[in-house]
Amino acid sequence: MAHMKDKMIKVALAGNPNVGKSVIFNNLTGAHQHVGNWPGKTVDKKEGFHRFDDKLIYIVDLPGTYSLTALSVEEMIARDYIIYEKPDVVVDIVDASNLERNLYLTMQLMELGANVIIALNKIDLAEKAGMEIDPRKLEEELGVPVIPTIAPKKKGMKELVEKIIELGEKRSQARGGKMLRYEPSVEKFIERLQGEIVSKEKLVKLFNPRWVAIKLLEGDEDVIRKLSEIEGGKEIVEKGAKLREKMSMELGDPEVAIADARYAVIKSIVSRVVGELKRLTASDLLDNVLLDKYLGIPIFFAILWWWFQMAFIGSAPFCDILGDGFAALSNALTGLTGHPFIDYLFFGEYGIIQGIGAVLSFVPLIMLLYFILSLLEDSGYMARAAFVMEKAMRKMGLSGRTIIPMIMGFGCNVPAIYATRIIPEESDRMIAILTNPLMLCGARLIFFSAIAAAFFGAYAGDILFSLYALGVILAFAVAIILRKTFFKGEVSPFVLELPAYQKPSFKVAAIRMWDRGSMYLRKALGVILIGLLIIGILTATDAETFTFTTDPERSLVAALGKSLAPIFTPLNWDWRLIVAMIFGFVAKEIVLGASAMLYGAGEEEIASKLANLYNPIDMYGYMTFILIYIPCIVTIAAIRQETGSWKWTIFTVAYGLALAYIINLLIVTLGHLVLG
Amino acid sequence: MNLIPLAFLSEGQVGTVVEIRAGRGLTERLLAMGIVPGAKIRVLKSSGPGPILVEIGQTRIALGRGVAMKVMVRGWNSWPI
Repeated sequence: MAHMKDKMIKVALAGNPNVGKSVIFNNLTGAHQHVGNWPGKTVDKKEGFHRFDDKLIYIVDLPGTYSLTALSVEEMIARDYIIYEKPDVVVDIVDASNLERNLYLTMQLMELGANVIIALNKIDLAEKAGMEIDPRKLEEELGVPVIPTIAPKKKGMKELVEKIIELGEKRSQARGGKMLRYEPSVEKFIERLQGEIVSKEKLVKLFNPRWVAIKLLEGDEDVIRKLSEIEGGKEIVEKGAKLREKMSMELGDPEVAIADARYAVIKSIVSRVVGELKRLTASDLLDNVLLDKYLGIPIFFAILWWWFQMAFIGSAPFCDILGDGFAALSNALTGLTGHPFIDYLFFGEYGIIQGIGAVLSFVPLIMLLYFILSLLEDSGYMARAAFVMEKAMRKMGLSGRTIIPMIMGFGCNVPAIYATRIIPEESDRMIAILTNPLMLCGARLIFFSAIAAAFFGAYAGDILFSLYALGVILAFAVAIILRKTFFKGEVSPFVLELPAYQKPSFKVAAIRMWDRGSMYLRKALGVILIGLLIIGILTATDAETFTFTTDPERSLVAALGKSLAPIFTPLNWDWRLIVAMIFGFVAKEIVLGASAMLYGAGEEEIASKLANLYNPIDMYGYMTFILIYIPCIVTIAAIRQETGSWKWTIFTVAYGLALAYIINLLIVTLGHLVLG
Repeated sequence: MNLIPLAFLSEGQVGTVVEIRAGRGLTERLLAMGIVPGAKIRVLKSSGPGPILVEIGQTRIALGRGVAMKVMVRGWNSWPI
């Protein structure tokens, strides 16, 4: 036991009332405690022991006090214990949720020269109240160790004990933390008196000179009495009284002035240690839902679904009116010029107006698709989509950011390919570019939505969805293969700023819709018109005599289609579908426009005409081919520009063609096998 | 003072960025986004193996878990982690 006594560390627990001091005392001492009275006082004195390895810690629970004046019994007990019993460590239990008031006692303990450790208790309550306290910063500011604790949960107890032992064992070292200077008007009095005290050896042995100076300036009766009994003390007391008088002339009541000075120091410390109150913003609430670990992905798909639903439903009436209008126009103008070739070329069933009209009828759908896409982009949601899809995308060998160009690809692949610039790492970006053409763009949608309704009736929506899904699945499959072959290595690290949500502006969306959507109009009146004109001329020209013919079967274009027929016979295409596919390379809308002309039908009847000629399996196969095969010429140019490589551009074209053929063949073969 | 990876802070916890243990490219990107030593960083979302969402000042940044393992922080209230 004597051996134990040597190593015993004497600890006093100090703190304001109701800071959880007795809980910490109980945590530390457990059953090893004793309750008695302070000598000659009616105040409870709790003592106990804590054993840690071979160390024995003696703990005394000082009465809870707000400060260390001589005005109450409790405060006298606490400070006398620290002065005369000289505990190795004073654990100051601080209520983190009430930091300012609690640090007032801390400062006085430090002034007293106690070897202070702060137990920053109720840190959980402080956090709940929206306060963020940095314990390391507090440690730095005060120069004493700070241990965050949650007494009822026994959190931080082990760390507290370890710190007690660490400090208790270096008991000879300088203690009391940093010297916290007060404002100069107060500090000058303290320093002057302190200078006098330092010269009195006996005093210095007993008391901390700075503390004595402060107490004398405060007029602390107990300190005056104690000093008067010590050699040289009277002299100091007199000097103190004089300075106190001078101080009260300058600053008013010295006690108040010193208290103010302490609070000024505390306030500035607290301002550096406590973080700003965190308020829940609307963005926080939205992120809580949209980025939720379970809801995030379903919400993402729900938004995509809603996007397409809105676009289809909203545009349907406009598409119908335009379709009817062009059909009526074409019929009405028949025979206008009186020139049989020109009449045939432009008007009537096989005319260009039918073809262009079929394409233009679907422009409202594209416009609305873009309008809603703009709203999504402006709202700040796109970055959130990247966030929720990051993990899944990474598994496919794609950067999470790739989801943004993928979604944009549903509008048009050209801006989408430019948008891959947001992907910083080169190989990630290459994979994103090379797979983007598989995203079902608006141009292909024009053909698909015209066909789906006639062939699949009530299931048209599901058929369209299946094509979107097929494109995405193939994109992932190609990405995985590319990652395992040409672009080996890890997906680069994901770092993305999530912009604050904002209410999207309808005006901005309308402008953006027009900017992007009018491209489809320009295309319709540009390349598509030219393409259809060429098809029209070829259709009206006899393959043998090179004269005007009204029988497409005998035309040049039929000869062209038929010459390639052997390749496409396994897919059950006739020459018209072949020609439409070939010209679709210029712009995919042409597939619809050309079909309309070649089958002699407008937007209204083309699908029903095709429905008579093809069975749904063969037509679905054709749709998958159109989905997958070579990107349109503008997209190819964009790929060339963004990859900077002809090799990869040609690769994209080649894999697209091969994949399209394979998938089409699989669907036709398996489809007929299963469905007959 | 124990350093822990940002990925180990739980939702709602706050830390101070101490160092970034990543290659030059990534380090520069993080610095440019305000993830600099001394910056106060708060974890808003950290669930499952996906990316985490942090807040620095007024900026929200999504970081892949791999990236978050390379940003070393000093947790403000980081007892038994």
